[in-house]
Amino acid sequence: MYTANRKRLQKLTDCTSKASKHFNRYEIECLIKLFYTLLEETAEKQSSIGIDRNAFRNFLHTTFGMTDDMIMDRVFRAFDKDNDGFVNVTEWISGLCIFLRGNLEERTKYCFEVYDLNGDGFISREEMFHMLKNSLLKQPSEEDPDEGIKDLVDITLKKMDHDHDGKLSFADYETSVKEEALLLEAFGPCLPDTKCTYIISSRRKDNANSFAQMQILSRWIECWTWSKEDLCSNPDSPT
Amino acid sequence: MHGEICYLIVKPHDCDSICLTCSTAGIFVNGGIDNEAEEIDYERHSEIYKDLVTFLREKSAKFSENMSKQQHSFFGDKKKGKKKSTSVTEKEEVCTLSKPSLALEKSPSEKRRTLKKLEPVLKWTCPVTQEKKNSAKESQDEKSTPSITEKPKSTSPPTLAGKPQSLSRCKSSVKIEDLVSESSSESEEDEEQPDHRQEGQTDLPSEYWQIQKLVKYLKGGNQTATVIALCSMRDFNLTLETCQLAIRDVGGLEVLINLLDTDEVKCKIGSLKILKEISHNSQIRRAIVDLGGLPIMVKILDSPDKNLKCLAAETIANVANFRRARRTVRQHGGIKKLVELLDYAQSKTDPMHHHCLYETKDVEVARCGALALWSCSKSHINKEAIRKAGGIPLLARLLKSSHQNMLIPVVGTLQECASEERYRAAIKAERIIENLVKNLSSENEVLQEHCAMAIYQCAEDKETRDLVRQHGGLKPLATLLNNTDNKERLAAVTGAIWKCAICKENVTKFREYKAIETLVGLLTDQPEEVLVNVVGALGECCQEHENRVIIRKCGGIQPLVNLLVGTNQALLVNVTKAVGACAAEPENMMIIDRLDGVRLLWSLLKNPHPDVKASAAWALCPCIENAKDAGEMVRSFVGGLELVVNLLKSENKEVLASVCAAITNIAKDQENLAVITDHGVVPLLSKLANTNNDKLRWHLAEAISRCCMWGRNRIAFGEHKAVAPLVRYLKSKDTNVHRATAQALYQLSEDANNCITMHENGAVRLLLDMVGSPDEVLQEAAAGCISNIRRLALATEKAKYS
Repeated sequence: MYTANRKRLQKLTDCTSKASKHFNRYEIECLIKLFYTLLEETAEKQSSIGIDRNAFRNFLHTTFGMTDDMIMDRVFRAFDKDNDGFVNVTEWISGLCIFLRGNLEERTKYCFEVYDLNGDGFISREEMFHMLKNSLLKQPSEEDPDEGIKDLVDITLKKMDHDHDGKLSFADYETSVKEEALLLEAFGPCLPDTKCTYIISSRRKDNANSFAQMQILSRWIECWTWSKEDLCSNPDSPT
Repeated sequence: MHGEICYLIVKPHDCDSICLTCSTAGIFVNGGIDNEAEEIDYERHSEIYKDLVTFLREKSAKFSENMSKQQHSFFGDKKKGKKKSTSVTEKEEVCTLSKPSLALEKSPSEKRRTLKKLEPVLKWTCPVTQEKKNSAKESQDEKSTPSITEKPKSTSPPTLAGKPQSLSRCKSSVKIEDLVSESSSESEEDEEQPDHRQEGQTDLPSEYWQIQKLVKYLKGGNQTATVIALCSMRDFNLTLETCQLAIRDVGGLEVLINLLDTDEVKCKIGSLKILKEISHNSQIRRAIVDLGGLPIMVKILDSPDKNLKCLAAETIANVANFRRARRTVRQHGGIKKLVELLDYAQSKTDPMHHHCLYETKDVEVARCGALALWSCSKSHINKEAIRKAGGIPLLARLLKSSHQNMLIPVVGTLQECASEERYRAAIKAERIIENLVKNLSSENEVLQEHCAMAIYQCAEDKETRDLVRQHGGLKPLATLLNNTDNKERLAAVTGAIWKCAICKENVTKFREYKAIETLVGLLTDQPEEVLVNVVGALGECCQEHENRVIIRKCGGIQPLVNLLVGTNQALLVNVTKAVGACAAEPENMMIIDRLDGVRLLWSLLKNPHPDVKASAAWALCPCIENAKDAGEMVRSFVGGLELVVNLLKSENKEVLASVCAAITNIAKDQENLAVITDHGVVPLLSKLANTNNDKLRWHLAEAISRCCMWGRNRIAFGEHKAVAPLVRYLKSKDTNVHRATAQALYQLSEDANNCITMHENGAVRLLLDMVGSPDEVLQEAAAGCISNIRRLALATEKAKYS
């Protein structure tokens, strides 16, 4: 496939690397290769233009250990900019760019998008309730199991709703995250685990041990080490 | 119902028993007990009262009356898990018990009672002030003890929940046994500002409840809920003791520490952020150590996340404020890991990583590591552990940095550690002094203070004193003397000057910088820590003639003499030394004499501490030497000579040596020599003769040689067997001992029996060696002694043959 698409790959890399600021050319090439590997593995329909929802969720689950179906759906929606039910290669690169390397501002925007379930620009009380409903251990003694969740929503609103309108606007959310970075993923994990980002972004060869431990990341890492060999000639990489 | 704490049955002295509900909102009358159903009618039947006392005041005139004139205390909060019927009987028992005391108080003022009754119930601030007055007035009165028996509702939270409630109700005179120990400051505050209590009453419990609720979510939530709860908890004012203790009391510390042991980085960060804040409280610190928090934090230092490293190190810095904590850190290998953090700023700032962001984070890691080491370095063994872990070169390297917030903990650690000999050597070897000196000129007062403090510690060493001068450290030190507002810094700076002034070249520099004049100016109106160092520095400066003159000219003698009446031991040691050094100048001596300084010095011989005694005795020597009419002056101190002679019974070698030196000077006056002879100086000196201490030997020999000048003292020394040991002194390596001993032997050899003893102990050969000495005094004394021995031998021979 690579040989067949070599030219296409080159072209794709060229145009996406201009658009993406957090990856270098080699990294983008790797990511594109990964994209096609995923596509090949999963796509029954040969003509598919991108990774479908299920395959993408599967990727999120195996590579980043995400478990919450709803959040994974929302991540898919955040990737799938044109809303056609597939993540195409451009969406894949630009999505991962934020997902893996995004700065705080970009990630804030992305997370808000994920959490704003109905896409109306606000995270409402109901949306919060929906996202937090599984976050507390159910205690049999309690009369109303939802009471704790409601309370948690109240606490969150008290903490984050700066304009006191009973819902979170992006401004509310951004201010809160700036004050306390821990609130970035306030309603559930939708970014790679810090451990993963550390390994992936540290780009250091001496992390071989940590690599070995991360079984889940094996495929991702395979792709990564592969890219690092290419990187050896790159002046940016550590020798 | 939510917020209810317990139900009470109260039987006042003058009306029927009342069944009450205590809730977070206050107290109200409920429907009472249905005896058959053994159930309480929970409905509210009255308005809500702020607290029990207010309620009872309203209901019972007698209670109100007694409360108004008595100091009272609750022995309340007894939890009774029993049924109501039993608590009712108990209650009644208690009431009967307290009857006598109530009856006793029956007579006083009816008027006041009516006054009380008219007061609006909810305005409780009034009664408090009233109460305070009364309780103060009648504190000696017998205390009545209205006891309360409570029955907690089974679902309501136990003790912990009850606490804030009762705490807020705490009146000035109300004591609730188990609360007093930990929250005393809180209730004191309430007492002083009754107005604030209104807020406190509604605030305090609500914080408690909220924190408790958050801790519940911490326990029962997944990562997302935990992070929300942690962030929300940080919105409380965690610097308040109320909140700190609330977290502990609702079991929050256990949860926070448990979170540190999970894999969730966000939870760990959130938890550490809280722990870092609340660990400023000493009770929390202890609780953290008791719950085993330190080993986990030490483990976190290994985490690849720099945020986590920083937070863990900072929390350790706070917690390791007492010995057990510092030991725990060490025992879990924390010192080594903290030292490794210091390496961060270096290893990661290689040209590969020129991102500014990374660099600042690395500096922060190193800073936090230094901060934690600073706390840990207060323990002796930890200092050694830091050294073994290779901390000194790293600290030395960090010291070259320009980040001020990092320099402070680094210098702080060095300053703590410099109390160890090995550190001082390493500090010298690592060229740390140079950077300490550099930072003396920093803008930051705290940094200056610690640098000065470190120099003070290190300048115990001679080479270091020279290094400070060579790196130009004396001038900034002298300059810093002019700013006297910051007392801590002033103490550190004067300390550094003191230690540096031990070196003569440094003193010359200080004179150049006019530091001596400034120091004299600091002799008044300064705290003792500063005075000790200032006087110490002046004492060193006074070793030189020029400086003694300067001190006199700028009026330093009077304040010095004034300080002789103090009680601080360290200060007295330095003051006596300085006064003694000043007395080397006859003109200074006149002033000291006029100010009655010698009498003050003399009375310090009675000071219980041997260092002060010795230092005073040393100071007396130049005084006696340089005073006009010294003999007369010494005699004028009633009992003074006896005091000095009796000090020869001391156990302390330094005291003995100094007293011997003083006796040498006293004995220069014939009359005084006669007096001390009468006080038995000869046997006491003879007793000391068997010593190996060269300093004592030297001064003892001098004293003996002086004391020989009176009456039959020479013979007496022989009789008390002082001669043979003296001969052995000649084998010492100290030339001062040789000289003094030769002189003493010369004096003693005037007596024939002594000559025989000397001869028997092989003095002649030893003395013959001394004759060859370059020291003329020694030569002469040795020769004189030999000639005396020889003459005796000749005379004996002559007698034999004639």
